[in-house]
Amino acid sequence: MAHFEKATSVKDWLNQRLAIEKVEKVMASEYWIPKNINFLWAMGMVLMITFILLLVSGIFLLMYYQPNVATAFDSVNYTIMREVGFGWLWRHIHGVAASVVFLIIYIHMFTGIYYGSYKKGREMIWISGMLLFITFSAEAFSGYMLPWGQMSYWAGMVITNIFSLGGLHLDGLVEWIRGDYVPAQAFLNRFFMLHVLLLPLAILGLIGLHFAALRIPHVNNQDGEEIDFDAEAQKYLAGDKKGSKVMRFANDFMSKDMMVVGIYLIFFFYLVFYHYNFAMDPVNFDPADGLKTPAHIYPEWYFLWSYEILRPFSVNIGLIAFGFAQVIFVLLPFLDRSPNTVPANRRGAFGIWFWLLLVDMIVLTAMGKLPPEGAFSTIGLVAALAFIALWIALPFITAKEKKL
Amino acid sequence: MEKNGRRGFMGKAFGAVAAVGAVGSLVAMKKSWDPLPSVKAAGFTTLDMTAYTAGELVTEKWRGKPIFVLKKTPEMVAKQNEDDKARDIIVNGEHFMVAIGLCTHLGCIPAYYPDEEGFICACHGGQFDFAGMVTKVPPPRGLDIPPFRIDGNKLVLGEIGPEYENMKENGVTL
Repeated sequence: MAHFEKATSVKDWLNQRLAIEKVEKVMASEYWIPKNINFLWAMGMVLMITFILLLVSGIFLLMYYQPNVATAFDSVNYTIMREVGFGWLWRHIHGVAASVVFLIIYIHMFTGIYYGSYKKGREMIWISGMLLFITFSAEAFSGYMLPWGQMSYWAGMVITNIFSLGGLHLDGLVEWIRGDYVPAQAFLNRFFMLHVLLLPLAILGLIGLHFAALRIPHVNNQDGEEIDFDAEAQKYLAGDKKGSKVMRFANDFMSKDMMVVGIYLIFFFYLVFYHYNFAMDPVNFDPADGLKTPAHIYPEWYFLWSYEILRPFSVNIGLIAFGFAQVIFVLLPFLDRSPNTVPANRRGAFGIWFWLLLVDMIVLTAMGKLPPEGAFSTIGLVAALAFIALWIALPFITAKEKKL
Repeated sequence: MEKNGRRGFMGKAFGAVAAVGAVGSLVAMKKSWDPLPSVKAAGFTTLDMTAYTAGELVTEKWRGKPIFVLKKTPEMVAKQNEDDKARDIIVNGEHFMVAIGLCTHLGCIPAYYPDEEGFICACHGGQFDFAGMVTKVPPPRGLDIPPFRIDGNKLVLGEIGPEYENMKENGVTL
């Protein structure tokens, strides 16, 4: 057994047993962040705070929600919304956060793409981040089932049908996923389990991996500059705080991070109190009815771009295009063949590619919301083809890029 | 780990135990997600085919799914092409379109427009004629016909009769 001495203080007592001072240094005060960054580097913390908001509001919703096809709808729309004290607050926080979290994820992703933060040793940060995006998507979908309204039911029907994989007709697989011929009690119960246990566990594990993946390559900076973190940290600790290119995670970086979080939270709670309706589809205030499809079925805004890639094609081609869109972002570090880790605006053709991709995804999102008729169909088809073409072109245009 | 030592053997022995356990638990997990016997047992519906009016679409329910039943008017029967005819269900000399009312694309319920004598799906814009054949993609095939058996004036959904088997063999439905 290791040697322990009589503690001189509570801190010393804990220190001997848990090395809390060392942990604090490793995790915070001597975890080094480059100085050359901007507010976009705070999105990670904003996401963490949003996740905590989802977790806490979810815990309170869980105490009154009933995963039963007969009572689920009323447990949300009557019990939680009208009877439970401040139940409306938890529901609106949960609904708004589920929507806003995707907005921040997209900003976080496109920041990473713009500054090349998936390159040169940062591949695992990108990959773990994309795995988080996929699990968050599954979490959002499973949560959307729970109020058991019309949109819940029909989104459940349409999305589980995707697993029949078109021409392969895997109807048995679809029935296995549902536990019934159509979404019913077994379906609601298992998606409830996924939403409140299995997927959150996966998310927590992936957040751990995402943070761990940051430690060795460190955070990127505005110029993609390769920083010798050990040397710069020594300079900082020796007293040359001004000359050093890095700063402490806590409290230096955190103070600015939390400033951004503060502004974000004002915006967030403005939405929760005054504009929560954007996250509450009116169609979902009708109870689920298996014999009546709503006139227009569309997903929440954050899935619209990939939905629009599925929609304009015949079923098999649509599914292949949809599958392509789901996995292609994960492969970004390997499709970008350029040796340069600099912002997109200094990378010539890649800079154009970046903005085209961003605009294309906004167009896909807009078309996904509109009914599939006339000009909208055509624009959607062109945008879907453009999305695929952009990703196919990426390895070629980046391979031609000159080393800076 | 040593290749042939005691530790090597113990490692392999544990690996064997773990593999058996892993396969066993995967089987149990898979079976736990299967539809329950009670769900499967409730899968039959009997329709009285004398109760329908020609030209009027009626939606019945079988296994939680909507079932379209359309008694065809003599004009409809007259203008049917070969594909349409193959899908006809004839009970006591009357021609019926009976199909699962879910779009074969991704499962929305197409709406019937009596004036156009066809179906339009609002989700992704697919269209079907009155016999259930596709007239506009994305749906990959006509509306699926549920397993059925003709029993006098009645139609039993969920049971497989010779007419249904015939349709399946000829690729009329899945």
